Amino acid sequence: MFLQITNLNKVFPTSHGPLVVLKDINMTIAEGEFICAVGASGSGKTTLLRQIAGLDHPSSGEVRIDGQRIKGPGPDRGMVFQHYTLYPWMTVQANAEFGLKLQGVPKKQRREQASYYLSVVGLSSYANLLPKQLSGGMKQRVAIARALASEPKILLMDEPFGALDLHTRESMHEFMIDLWQRTGITVFMITHDVEEAVFLSSRIYALGSRPGTVRREMIINLPDRHPLVKRQAIFHDYRDELMDLLRQHGQEALAMAA
Amino acid sequence: MNPGSSPPPASDPDSAVTSSIRELIKPKPFRPTVFWRLGEEIPKPLQTGLMITSLALPLVLWWAVTTLVKIDPVFLPSPGAVLAAFGRLWQSGDLLKDTLASLGRVGVGFFLSALVSIPIGVLMGSFASIRALLEPLFGLVRYMPAPAFIPLLILYLGIGEPPKIALIFMGTFFFNTLMVMDAVKFVPRDLIEATYMLGGNRREVLTQVILPHVLPGILDASRINLAAAWQLVIVSELIAATEGLGRRISVAGRFLRTDEIFVGLIVIGIIGLSFDLLFQYLLRITCKWANQKR
Repeated sequence: MFLQITNLNKVFPTSHGPLVVLKDINMTIAEGEFICAVGASGSGKTTLLRQIAGLDHPSSGEVRIDGQRIKGPGPDRGMVFQHYTLYPWMTVQANAEFGLKLQGVPKKQRREQASYYLSVVGLSSYANLLPKQLSGGMKQRVAIARALASEPKILLMDEPFGALDLHTRESMHEFMIDLWQRTGITVFMITHDVEEAVFLSSRIYALGSRPGTVRREMIINLPDRHPLVKRQAIFHDYRDELMDLLRQHGQEALAMAA
Repeated sequence: MNPGSSPPPASDPDSAVTSSIRELIKPKPFRPTVFWRLGEEIPKPLQTGLMITSLALPLVLWWAVTTLVKIDPVFLPSPGAVLAAFGRLWQSGDLLKDTLASLGRVGVGFFLSALVSIPIGVLMGSFASIRALLEPLFGLVRYMPAPAFIPLLILYLGIGEPPKIALIFMGTFFFNTLMVMDAVKFVPRDLIEATYMLGGNRREVLTQVILPHVLPGILDASRINLAAAWQLVIVSELIAATEGLGRRISVAGRFLRTDEIFVGLIVIGIIGLSFDLLFQYLLRITCKWANQKR
């Protein structure tokens, strides 16, 4: 297995005592999969992603990628954040190159590599603009190109389209499917958007809330990934099943909290 | 609960309450305005006109009062008399000498202050440890007025240039440090973490992400504290100075040369404003990305 999360627990100390945010998380992700972890707020999904990113450390358990235990952040895992994280003083090109620059890649090679991935995300003609001149969807595409330029083993995405309007979000979904099919990259994305998860994923982890746990694993077998598939019964079945699962556990969590 | 549900029928006992609320609501007019637009731009010609008025009106009033009313020139000299005094001081070379002396003190004092306060401010903003170590002390000393240190400065440094430069340093260092520190707090955490994910280490984050991000904040803090440096240079020249604009004003006061006091004040104002505009210009050309307008 490519990415392996084993018996992961995360506890935060609070003034009311320890707060268990993630409890006994086990996940395995194979190369080339598109995985979504779907959960309501309180499911600890961002915390989970931060453990994989290495921006935070598990209280117990471990995350391994290619057999290597994750000890800290690094460019072998490309990360796309929910909020725009482009460097506002750098051009689109410089943003896309920056990771390679930090890793000591010579100027010529990093320019070629960044240009290639800017063309992959369809933004070659915007290379010399500043981030503030781009729309929200374009900014996230630059962030994806920047992450991909280091040729990471996995792309980690933290509700990357949450800040976008509906139409932009839908075109980003098509873009992600296209990108995934062309590059064969492994993607681990967290979201609360059920339709987004069903449309994009090859497999879904449904998370329960308070504490965050894996409630169910769903394999998504859609006949194709064209947007029209969203009108088919099979898509609705997956969506309703996942929605019921999240709603049921949401109510349980509320009842337990009361 | 259900947002799609229809409002309660008219027979509902609650509806009597809801309908009477409408009668209690008083209509309020909202008149259109140009001058009193809240938080909005005004038309360009109006803006230009008001800006000219801002400077021209006091000048005209000054001129009118001194020519139409008989006022002792020792109390209020006319614009013409001040202009003449300006010409006199300029010709004798005194004005240039005074201006250069004051400029030199501000330049050296504030340059040293910026040289130390900017790195320390960046470090304090970046590292909670350094902040905890220095913020209580700086926060306290900041509230001690710099001129109150003059006796100590004379005691330690004598009466030459060093205490004057030290006064400017002391009066701007703490504010500048804390303002730069605040600017660093506006660097989004996501941006720092994104850099870690791209393979950056702490030093690279500091020099290649935090520093460029706070550059506009640094320029803005320096612009504001340079104004304070100008205030302090005038105060510092009360310490046994032989030349300087502050010295010029206090000597002119002693000999009741009110026109020269005005010359000194106006020159100080114009130089201060020029520095302000220079910094604003620097900010505009070096940090295009941070401009509000495109």
